[in-house]
Amino acid sequence: MRGATQARWAACAVAVALAATACGGGGDDSGGSGADGIVSSSWGDPQNPLEPANTNEVQGGKVLDMVFRGLIRYDPKTGEAQNMLAESIDSDDAQNFTVKIKDGWTFSNGEKVTAKSFVDAWNYGAALKNNQKNAYFFQYIDGYDKVHPESGSASAETLSGLKVVDDLTFTAKLSQKFSLWPDTLGYAAFAPLPKAFYDDHDAWLSKPIGNGPYTVQSYAKGSSMNLRRWDDYPGDDKAKNGGVDLKVFTDNNTAYTSLTSGNLDLVDDVPASQLRNVEQDLGDRYINTPAGIIQTLAFPFYDKKWDTDDARKVRQGLSMAINRPQITDQIFQKTRTPATDWTSPVLGEDGGFKKGLCGKECTYNKAEAKKLIDEGGGIPGGQLKISYNADTGSHKEWVDAVCNSINNVMGNNQACVGGAIGTFADFRSQVSTQKLTGPWRAGWQMDYPLIQNFLQPLYYANASSNDGKWTNKDFDGLVDKANAETDKAKAITTFQDAEKVLVEQMPAIPLWYQNGSAGYSDRIENVELNPFSVPVYTEITVK
Amino acid sequence: MGRYVIRRLLQMIPVFFGTTLLIFLMVNVMGDPIAGLCGDRQCDPATAAQLRSEFGLDKPVWQQYLTYMGNLFTGDFGTAFNGQKVTELMATAFPITIRLTIVAIVFEVVIGISLGVVTGLRRGRPVDTTVLILTLVVIAVPTFVTGLLLQLLLGVKWGIIKPSVSSDPTIDELLVPGLVLASVSLAYVTRLTRTSIAENARADYVRTAIAKGLPRRRVVVRHLLRNSLIPVVTFIGTDVGALMGGAIVTERIFNIHGVGYQLYQGILRQNSQTVVGFVTILVLVFLAANLIVDLLYAVLDPRIRYA
Repeated sequence: MRGATQARWAACAVAVALAATACGGGGDDSGGSGADGIVSSSWGDPQNPLEPANTNEVQGGKVLDMVFRGLIRYDPKTGEAQNMLAESIDSDDAQNFTVKIKDGWTFSNGEKVTAKSFVDAWNYGAALKNNQKNAYFFQYIDGYDKVHPESGSASAETLSGLKVVDDLTFTAKLSQKFSLWPDTLGYAAFAPLPKAFYDDHDAWLSKPIGNGPYTVQSYAKGSSMNLRRWDDYPGDDKAKNGGVDLKVFTDNNTAYTSLTSGNLDLVDDVPASQLRNVEQDLGDRYINTPAGIIQTLAFPFYDKKWDTDDARKVRQGLSMAINRPQITDQIFQKTRTPATDWTSPVLGEDGGFKKGLCGKECTYNKAEAKKLIDEGGGIPGGQLKISYNADTGSHKEWVDAVCNSINNVMGNNQACVGGAIGTFADFRSQVSTQKLTGPWRAGWQMDYPLIQNFLQPLYYANASSNDGKWTNKDFDGLVDKANAETDKAKAITTFQDAEKVLVEQMPAIPLWYQNGSAGYSDRIENVELNPFSVPVYTEITVK
Repeated sequence: MGRYVIRRLLQMIPVFFGTTLLIFLMVNVMGDPIAGLCGDRQCDPATAAQLRSEFGLDKPVWQQYLTYMGNLFTGDFGTAFNGQKVTELMATAFPITIRLTIVAIVFEVVIGISLGVVTGLRRGRPVDTTVLILTLVVIAVPTFVTGLLLQLLLGVKWGIIKPSVSSDPTIDELLVPGLVLASVSLAYVTRLTRTSIAENARADYVRTAIAKGLPRRRVVVRHLLRNSLIPVVTFIGTDVGALMGGAIVTERIFNIHGVGYQLYQGILRQNSQTVVGFVTILVLVFLAANLIVDLLYAVLDPRIRYA
């Protein structure tokens, strides 16, 4: 019977093991409730070092939004640009701006926020030697080509267009007219920086100091960041909770599981696989609101086949061959909205969003689609290959659905196929080095809620994100005209005129607007997503 | 013995260079990592060029490899794209994964070997059949299924454990992930031990030991088990390396920020510095584990001598 004894012993070991885990689990208290309650929230590891001018993705941007306040802030509800630290930003000619800063703002280490805090930070961000990935945000300021030439070394240390007038005033001279420029200043890259940033850069990076409603209490790179309310914060958007603990999750499924088991308060990206259960799991604690993101199919105009008048018809035909409502319903469970223009609903009617601007060219129409494609001589190369990266974002599903829709119209199972590329980096490198000969999935997340941001960087000749190298004189002329317009409303309608050129030329097929999705526990209330699909942390209250 | 160890250590050198070179080439074949750093837009060419030269990506691959290996011997593993030293990443990731691996190995040894002995001694009995079927099920079901299922049941439905562990997990938090990680190897250990025990149970020396009138416990543990452990030890030894590197799935499910997580992140971002650095360490662990296994043979079976 000794064997049996040993078996019993082994069973006991398992039982002890499980019991011990039980002791370990469930003992998590997230610190207090009410006004001092701490919110725990999911987070992704920021890709780049956390500096204002070096952070270009949502996860790092999330932290900057909590730790910094700039001249302008976008209203979390409407996306409208409002003065934050700026007393006024004036210009007579849409090119020379005078910026006055409000008195009484300090960084959380007590240092005063002055005109110099901005000018130095912008000079740092623009300088080539600092490797800042958002440097091009300063490209409109005079002298940018000297501190950040396209090749070779910099011939100046600072931007000649920036001048400190006194403690609370500085002037900015742009290299071209740009009436909406003040509205771009809410982007994180334009945040002011304290002296500590330059004095001990490594120390600052391991514990950023800013002037926002939260301060960084501790930061364990790659795993968590604890932010606490800054009680002396001078702004009127003080945090309504004690702080936020951001926790890095490698898999958003795990984050979601933690939420449903009560170990996490907030998940700002509900995984696609859970969308079917989310209403049942969370009820009205599930948020699904539009974000400033649009998805398109971009084309390679550097390839002669696509840059012809016939190909234009084919592109329009393809656009009409895609059954957008069906795909957004069935594959995305309504977390996308079929696109009818090239901007985003978060801009609002006043901001330049125009529902249905694309018209019949973006509406599913089987017969018309087939007719246009045939008129244009069929798909260039005989087969449409849509490239996408296979590592993230489950793009395969919708690319296959889009192809399916096109194949249906063409009556040919091989008319359209998906072309998977292993990693995002490889995908991006093939796109940016003009290796692709067919369309690819393109996504655009706005930097600031302006119609200009949805058009100029993507479709203007040689613009930073015009990967397909599309050029059109009419479009460029209208964008220039819109930028020079001193009247804001007129500028926006001129941008919409430029957008109408896109309907005729179809340089990229608009697919759908992406929503931000989030879920939260019953411990917290007043959770909302801003137009950038980032939770408005300051407004969250703990029960 | 000493000469044997030295010879083995010398053999490790070409293996070490070969594997690191292979990994280096593989990561480099994947294309330009800088392109992925700027999100869905193109990096401005000047910044991209400067980043490339900072990470040494503008040089030919053989030169990159030589520089990398040169730096390696001064203890410099390079910098990850988020500005952190790779050594810093290792300092946080390895302790966690080592803890997880130890938990998994303990499970393998304790449960695997005990079950193996029990079933090996009672071949064909109901206990044996039941365990055989169970191990078959465990081997057939992929780790991520076991992991997600346990997470759902224990973490969400019954609330016994937390579905994700904290950023610096303690041993008790790692018990369930460790069990999941160990599960497949555990089944193999059980089966290996069972077969080995069953075979040796009829050996002459066992019969002699029983005939001498030794207590059954002493016969099983000192005579039978000791001789039967050689294949099992070999398996567990090589498994150390496999568990550390192969924890990606388990670490993802339970949000453990260990080696698997860093490797996954490194591959996704095509960060050759991270990937090559971590794999280099894993290769060393693997080689060391293999050497220790070979040396253990002599302890288990004194007939084995090293020339």
